[in-house]
Amino acid sequence: MPSILEVHDLTKNYGDFAAVKSISFAIQEGEIFSLLGPNGAGKTTTISVLSTLYAPTGGDARIAGHSVTQDPMAVRQVIGVVPQELALYDDLSARENLAFWGQMYNLGGKALKARVAEVLEQIGLTEKADQRVKTYSGGMKRRVNIGVGLLHRPRLLFMDEPTVGIDPQSRRAILDSVKALNGQGMTVLYTTHYMEEAQELSDRVGIIDHGELIALGTQAELTRQVGESDTLVLHFSEGENPQAIADLITAMRGVEGVLKTDVTDHSASVIAVQAEEILAPAITLANERGIRIRSVDIQEPNLEAVFLHLTGRALRD
Amino acid sequence: MKKLLIIGRKDLTLAFRDRTALLLMLLAPFLLTLGLGFVTGRLSGGSSSGLGSIPVILVNQDGGQLGNALVTVFRSPDLASLVTPSDAADPAAARQQVDADKAAAAIIIPAGFTGSIIPAAGAAAGALPAGEVVRIELYTNPTRPTSVGVITSILDEFMGQVEVGRVGGQVAVTQLVGRGLIKPQDAAAVGAALGARQAGANGAAAAITLKSTVSGSAAASFDPLAYMAPAMALMFLMFTATNGGRTLLTERNQGTLPRLLISPTSSAQVLGGKTTGIYFTGVAQMAILILASALLFQLRWGAPFAVLILILAAVAGATGWGMLITALARTPGQVSTIGSAITLTFGILGGSFISTESMPVWYQALSKITPNAWALDGFTTLALGGGLTNILVPVAALLIMGAILFTVAVVIMNRRGLMQP
Repeated sequence: MPSILEVHDLTKNYGDFAAVKSISFAIQEGEIFSLLGPNGAGKTTTISVLSTLYAPTGGDARIAGHSVTQDPMAVRQVIGVVPQELALYDDLSARENLAFWGQMYNLGGKALKARVAEVLEQIGLTEKADQRVKTYSGGMKRRVNIGVGLLHRPRLLFMDEPTVGIDPQSRRAILDSVKALNGQGMTVLYTTHYMEEAQELSDRVGIIDHGELIALGTQAELTRQVGESDTLVLHFSEGENPQAIADLITAMRGVEGVLKTDVTDHSASVIAVQAEEILAPAITLANERGIRIRSVDIQEPNLEAVFLHLTGRALRD
Repeated sequence: MKKLLIIGRKDLTLAFRDRTALLLMLLAPFLLTLGLGFVTGRLSGGSSSGLGSIPVILVNQDGGQLGNALVTVFRSPDLASLVTPSDAADPAAARQQVDADKAAAAIIIPAGFTGSIIPAAGAAAGALPAGEVVRIELYTNPTRPTSVGVITSILDEFMGQVEVGRVGGQVAVTQLVGRGLIKPQDAAAVGAALGARQAGANGAAAAITLKSTVSGSAAASFDPLAYMAPAMALMFLMFTATNGGRTLLTERNQGTLPRLLISPTSSAQVLGGKTTGIYFTGVAQMAILILASALLFQLRWGAPFAVLILILAAVAGATGWGMLITALARTPGQVSTIGSAITLTFGILGGSFISTESMPVWYQALSKITPNAWALDGFTTLALGGGLTNILVPVAALLIMGAILFTVAVVIMNRRGLMQP
């Protein structure tokens, strides 16, 4: 498969702050590629540069052979963008929004009308197409937001955290639609900080943190980096003393078989060779400190573990 | 160009779906006009006018029937509240008075004016005077265009009557001679009699007074609403212009501007489209207000084509200001605040509440930075019967104002990176 996107040493600085640090990767035509990373990792900035919204500070990227710095107009014809924040006109209906944005992508006449009807069907809003967007639920608005990105049948679709802040049902619908679009041959660059979404959707994943691409590959390739280790996740009650939890995690590092640890407000992740073997010591140490463990998860190697392995922090940090 | 129109049409739609904006664009100016109409008596049966006591200097060197008739017209009780005439003997002194802004205009009636139109009794055969008609000079004060418009209108009305009488008399005498009803040697006497009658001799002065004209004389019955309606419409046009500019910053915040900028649409097209949107909305607002006042108040705005041209120019001027304010502001809230202040300031400065002609010269000069002042001059001129040629100066001024302000706004926007997300 040829590459539809090639990124070379892409850098973006805002003043002294380096939001993206010399990242390089390529996306093959027809694949779903996820950029996985916590908030502030540089995902949105990367998409903004690739979609020609911002000029890069250094490096370049070529989309369908067109340079984002040299030929942005040609790039814009090839790509579709679904921004993280809703970018719609609330006082226009879904049909009017789609028609307007279609015209911005040089569609017109009967072709535009037909395409708008098609996209409305695709996002399941045909019956409410003539209601103003401001009357829609958050999930419906998200679907219109995605529909706008699909109007001109882009070869490469950028989706920037499209499921943030929506209900599980709408989230499910969006993930299914991403798969359906990919099934129709559309290449997708999907950014998320939800490990589950990246795992479900992606052919390949790039893990980004502090503006750097710290890992890249298929899920199998990435999880191999953590070896055969498991992750033990301890969930604590909300009232537990943070200092006691921190003390527990410090103690856990001394347990045989523990490789890495991380703690957040009410949970702790412990990577170990065999999670089952460290479960008993974990409970004992918690009891000694008067900490009540609410629940326990044992996870086989996954992207969360990869991120923890690479950064020493959980993905949700 | 197509995308400019598409973006403009979208903004026009959004503007007319915004209830708050609609209140300020249409309802507020309409209600204020209505209220002022009652205050001035226009809608309650009174006769108070927005203009009054226009100082005009009369230099009557003619002393004949027509010259005296013109002076009588300006001193008639019908015009007493509208004009304040004074006499002068020396044309140069009268012009100086106008130059010193002591009067809105000087009307200089040269010697021989009557004689050039009406043959003297017992004149030689040929019936009517030979040679060119001696012309009345109207020396005007450029800082008082509205008052000048009133004076010009009164004078035009008078001259129209005289011309009708002159040509009518000429035709009548020719017909009478041609049909053998009078002898050629009597033509002069008959022509003189006709002319004298037309000029007000034999107690027929009413024949050339404004009161007796069929049209009702626009000048004599100047409608205060013809001043207030455009004044209010123009004041709230500034609101529309600044509110339109505000949407540029709003779109930036709500993410639609970045989305536009990553579509195959250049930033120049986006900016042009937003400007077109403000322009469309302003034109629609003015057109609706003018049509509504014409239908509901039977207000005569003047020649429709000239009114249209003036609307287009006025909206261009206001749009320029709207874009400049947007370029200088940092947030939509700032545009709203500055816009409200500018709307009110320009309303006061531009004569929306009080005619600037009663203000000092410096005030009148300052008022010219506002589209309100120029456009109001134009609308008043048209309401007083003027045509397109009479409003060329305000139209040109408004277009130049719009072009300069838009250019400055674009430069500032580029420097500030306003068309960047």
